[in-house]
Amino acid sequence: MREELLRLIENNSRIDTKELAKMLNVTEVDILNELSKLESENVICGYFTLIDWEKISVEKVTALIEVRVTPQRGQGFDKIAERIYNYPEVKSAYLISGGYDILVILEEKSLKEIASFVSDKLSTLESVLSTATHFILKKYKDMGTILEKQHDDDREVIS
Amino acid sequence: MTYNLSEKVLNIKPSGIRKFFDLVAERKGVISLGVGEPDFNTPWHIRDEGIYAFEKGRTFYTSNSGLKELRIEICNYLHRKFHLTYEALTETLVTVGGSEAIDLAFRALINEGDEVIIPEPCYVSYKPCAILANAKPVVIDLKAENDFRLKASELRNAITDKTKILVLAFPNNPTGAIMERKDLEEIAKVVIEKNIYVVSDEIYAELTYKGKHTSIAEINGMKDRTILINGFSKAYAMTGWRLGYACGPKEIIQQMTKIHQFAIMCAPTVSQYAAVEALKNGDSDIEMMKEAYNQRRRFLLNSFKEMDIPCFEPYGAFYVFPCIKKYGMTSEEFAMKFLEEENVAVVPGTAFGDSGEGFLRISYAYSIDNLKVAMEKLKSFIAKLKQ
Repeated sequence: MREELLRLIENNSRIDTKELAKMLNVTEVDILNELSKLESENVICGYFTLIDWEKISVEKVTALIEVRVTPQRGQGFDKIAERIYNYPEVKSAYLISGGYDILVILEEKSLKEIASFVSDKLSTLESVLSTATHFILKKYKDMGTILEKQHDDDREVIS
Repeated sequence: MTYNLSEKVLNIKPSGIRKFFDLVAERKGVISLGVGEPDFNTPWHIRDEGIYAFEKGRTFYTSNSGLKELRIEICNYLHRKFHLTYEALTETLVTVGGSEAIDLAFRALINEGDEVIIPEPCYVSYKPCAILANAKPVVIDLKAENDFRLKASELRNAITDKTKILVLAFPNNPTGAIMERKDLEEIAKVVIEKNIYVVSDEIYAELTYKGKHTSIAEINGMKDRTILINGFSKAYAMTGWRLGYACGPKEIIQQMTKIHQFAIMCAPTVSQYAAVEALKNGDSDIEMMKEAYNQRRRFLLNSFKEMDIPCFEPYGAFYVFPCIKKYGMTSEEFAMKFLEEENVAVVPGTAFGDSGEGFLRISYAYSIDNLKVAMEKLKSFIAKLKQ
């Protein structure tokens, strides 16, 4: 039930526990116990809402920043990654194979704020060799979800 | 002008589903639990293959029997999933949905006056197709106490010296019933002893929730007397692509192909190319959809339990078949009243045969949110009935 439960809430964290219990043929208490276990094991790391800010005209600028760094003796990339991800502006940080080392996703209110984060904070870190910043122009799909409203049920009502 | 039409056709009753559909179609904002097709879109990689076929200009007829590549993949699939061995070139025919295959099978086998045994409740097309092929349909009323499975004794009682075909449609629309290997073995004994054919409509074969589906063609001695019918509609959510197939002894498939050739020519070409992709790379799509169906199935069964509505546990397809006898209404009255008062559409069991009286077909090819709202409406409807 563990994996199936996770698959269910992965796409809908608001689904209520009573419903989950019925769908998985267990009691609601079982669901609550399993969820708190998963939370305490840090398998479930958080519950979030996918918001398309553009639809309510709130300015948000998202940038992907490729960062090349020098790994540190004994600590590899983890130490420098920590220096980067601790900034609250950093939305995501991944260690990446290929042409650069760390991919940083940044979300700010303006282009200027992103520019100043990169030049003042990120680039000045000792082990950072270079950065390349890419701004996101349009979001089509995020977290497995297409942001444009999908069409309704087109089926005949009875068949 | 008066039209002088075929008596045989005029005498066929219109589908009970159709009748209810017309009622529902007049209303606005109906929450429907009435569909017999998946709510999922055809998986993108399959649609994309269809688009690619269009781009490549693959828009001509295929051979009458269907693309060779598709027939080979069908046989690979049947072998991989159900341990069935068919020859792609002589024992496999690609049709316009499973429905066409049913019609072809009847027309290829039946001589005037032959009897076709049809266990009901079942999908609405077997009886009319049998009549159109000049057969006499003989109905077996399946019983709720047997979980709507066909029993060997019921079959034995229905067989006469005119019996030609037994229609088996499991996993079943509308009941959701399945037949397990032990059930099929009992049926096979009678079929072989009485020397009749089986037309086995296994369109819901992928959607079982208690072990894997067994085809009757897999039971010893049955392959030579079985026409297996399957298709892409339910397993891959491809209803509108209109693609199915039949497998069976080459002597029968050959005659079915003859009718298909003159009546249809060939199944839609683009659909056939998309279907190749479905068979090659679609297993994980099926698993994903099946898991969702199963969650909804359990959700509905648990909701009925809470409301104290009796319902046997259906292990197949995407229907539940609750019993509403205790409310003192016929299926049709219940469905009508439920529609009028709560604007929820369910199909009366009687649309699938007289033995569906006292039952409703509820489809769970809907999102869980939709089902949740519908169950709340059912709850308030029943509460009002009790007052």
